[in-house]
Amino acid sequence: MDAIFVFEQLLNGLGYGLMLFLIAAGLTLVFGIMDTMNLAHGSLYMAGAYVAARVHEASGMFVLAVAAAALVTVAVAALLEVLVIRRLYRRDHLVQVLATFGIILIADDVVKAIWGVAPLMASTPAVLAGPVQLAEGLPYPSYRLLLIGAGLLVALGLYLLVNRTRIGMLVRAGASNRQMAEFMGVRVGTVFAFVFALGAALAALAGALMAPISSVQIGMGEAILIPALVVIVIGGIGSIRGAFVAALLVGLVDTAGRAFLPPALRAVLPPAVAADLGPALAGIAMYVLMAAVLTLKPAGLFPARA
Amino acid sequence: MNRPVFAPSRVASAAAEHPRQPFAVRFPGFVRRLPWLVLAILALFPLLAPALGLEYYVGFVRRLLIVAIAASSLNFILGYGGMAALGHAGFIGVGAYTVVALVEAGFSSAWLAWGGALVVAGLSAALIGAVSLRTRGVYFIMITLAFAQMLYYLAVSLRTYGGDDGYGLYTSLEMGAWLDGVHPDVFYWVVLAIAALVFAGFSRVAHSRYGHALRGIRDNETRMVALGYPVYRLKLAGFVAAGAVAGLAGGLLASHNAFVSPAIMHWTQSALLLVMVMLGGLGRRWGAPLGVALWLVLEEALKMHTDYWHWPLGVLLLLAVFHAPQGLAALFERREANR
Repeated sequence: MDAIFVFEQLLNGLGYGLMLFLIAAGLTLVFGIMDTMNLAHGSLYMAGAYVAARVHEASGMFVLAVAAAALVTVAVAALLEVLVIRRLYRRDHLVQVLATFGIILIADDVVKAIWGVAPLMASTPAVLAGPVQLAEGLPYPSYRLLLIGAGLLVALGLYLLVNRTRIGMLVRAGASNRQMAEFMGVRVGTVFAFVFALGAALAALAGALMAPISSVQIGMGEAILIPALVVIVIGGIGSIRGAFVAALLVGLVDTAGRAFLPPALRAVLPPAVAADLGPALAGIAMYVLMAAVLTLKPAGLFPARA
Repeated sequence: MNRPVFAPSRVASAAAEHPRQPFAVRFPGFVRRLPWLVLAILALFPLLAPALGLEYYVGFVRRLLIVAIAASSLNFILGYGGMAALGHAGFIGVGAYTVVALVEAGFSSAWLAWGGALVVAGLSAALIGAVSLRTRGVYFIMITLAFAQMLYYLAVSLRTYGGDDGYGLYTSLEMGAWLDGVHPDVFYWVVLAIAALVFAGFSRVAHSRYGHALRGIRDNETRMVALGYPVYRLKLAGFVAAGAVAGLAGGLLASHNAFVSPAIMHWTQSALLLVMVMLGGLGRRWGAPLGVALWLVLEEALKMHTDYWHWPLGVLLLLAVFHAPQGLAALFERREANR
C-alpha cells in the first residue's frame, strides 16, 4: 500500500461522494420541505442512467446524452409530482413509503419493457477514455476526473442557488419552517414542485455520469437509494450543506473501507478470518458511521430545523 | 384511532372481531367461528389438493403461511406499537442463517434448529432494539434499516455459509420419528400449527393489558410516560418478541426453500413485508394474513401470465394508498358500517 494507491482511492471516494451528493441533494430538500419520504428517487437516477446510455450509444455525443437524460427525467418527475407525490404531502411517512414503493415497482417494469432485462453497457466518451498523468507515476482515468469536476461544479452552483438567489431563500425558508413560510406568503407548493424537478435533474445527472463506471441495470435505483438516505440522515434532513459534507464522508468511508480494510486486516488477523471479515466491515462502515453520528447528534450534523 | 377498549374476556379466545362492527353484530356466530373455519380449510387443503389438481399449491400455501407469521410479528410492533421498523427481514435472515449454522455444525433436529432461530433472532432484536428504540420517527425507520443492512453485508461476507451464492440445505431436517414419513405433507401441518399459534398468540396479547399499554404508547407516548408506564421497556419487549417470531419464520423459510441466501434479508424484503401489512390493515387482527395472501396470490397469478408482474402490484399499492388507506381488513369493516 503506497502513497499513490492511497491518493487514487481517496480520489475515487471523492468522486463517489460527489455523485451521492447529487442524488441526496434532491432527496433531502423534498424530505426537508414537504416531510415526504420518496423512495422512488432512486428510480429517477435509474431513468437518467438508461436514457444517457442509449442516447450516447445512438448519437455518440456525451453532452447530448447527459442533457437528454436530465430533460426526460425532469419530464417524468413532473408527471409523477402532479399525479402522485402532490397528494402525499400531508400523509403519514408509512403511507408515503407504500406509495413510492409502488412507483418503484412500476418504474422497474417500465424500464424492462423499454430497454429489456439485460444490463446496458455504457461507454465512456472517446475523448476521456485514456488516463491522465496527475503527477509523476500517478495516472488517473480522465473520466473520473470529469466526474469530480462536474460534481464540484454542480455543488457550487447549488450552493449559489440556495444561498444567493430569491428562490433559494424560499427553499431555505420552507425547509426550516414550512408553516411559518406559508404564513409569510410563500407558495410552498410551487417551491416544492421546483425543488422536486431540480432534484430529479440532479439525480438524472448523477445517473448519466455514473452510467459508464457502473452497470446500468434494473434495481440500480434501489441500490443507490440506501446510501443516499444514509447521507441525508447523517447530514441532517433538509440541509444541503449537511448533505454535501455527509456525502463526501460516506463516499470516502465507503471507498476507503473497501480499499484499505481488507489489507489492513490481513496484516493482523489469520488470512481466513480476514478474508471473511474484511468485506463485511467494509460493507457496514457507512452504517456504523451513521449510527455513531446519530448517537452524538440525533438530528444529524447540520440540522436544518431550529 | 378511537376504538373502544375491551377487557380481554373469554370472547378473545374465540377470536371474535370487535363487537362494534355491524357485520359481527349481525352474524356473531359466523364471525366467531370464522378463524376455526379458515383453520379447518387450510388443514384439509393438502388432502383435498390432489383431487382438485392443486398439488403444486400446497407448497405455495406453506410459503404463504410462513410469510404470514413474519408479517403478523411486524403488524404487532407496527400496528399496535407504532414502531415503523424497516429492517424486519434482517431478523428473518438471522433465523435462516441460524438454521444454516446449526446444520453446518452437524445438528439435524428441526426443532433445535427452529428453536435456535427463535432464540438467536430474539437476542439480536434485543441488541438492535435497545439502540434503535432511543430514536423516533424517520430516524427509527433509518436506524432499523441500517442494522438490517449490516446483517445483510455480514451474510454476504460469510463464505463458510456460501456468501453471496447462498447455502443449500441438501438433507431435510428431522422432526422426530413420530412425524417424519407419516405423510409427505407433514411439514405443511407443522407450519400451519405454528402459524395458528403465533396468530392466536399475537391476537391475544394485543387485547391483553400489555397490548392496551402498547396501543397507548402508539397513540400518545408522552402521556404514557406521564402515567408512569415503563415505555422504553414495554416497547423493547414487543420488539424482541416480534424479532424472535420473525426469526422463527426465517428458520421455517430455510427449511421450506432448502436454501438460504442473503437475498432474503435485502432491504426490499423488509419494505415488502411492511407493504403487505399495510395493504392488509395496520393494527387489525386479520391485517397481516389478509395482506400476505392478497400480495402473494396476485404475484403468483400475475407471474403465470406475464413477465411484467411488478407494475400491476405497484398500481395496486397506489390505489390502496388513495382509496383504502386503512387496509383491506378495514375496507370490509367500513363498508358494513356505512350502511
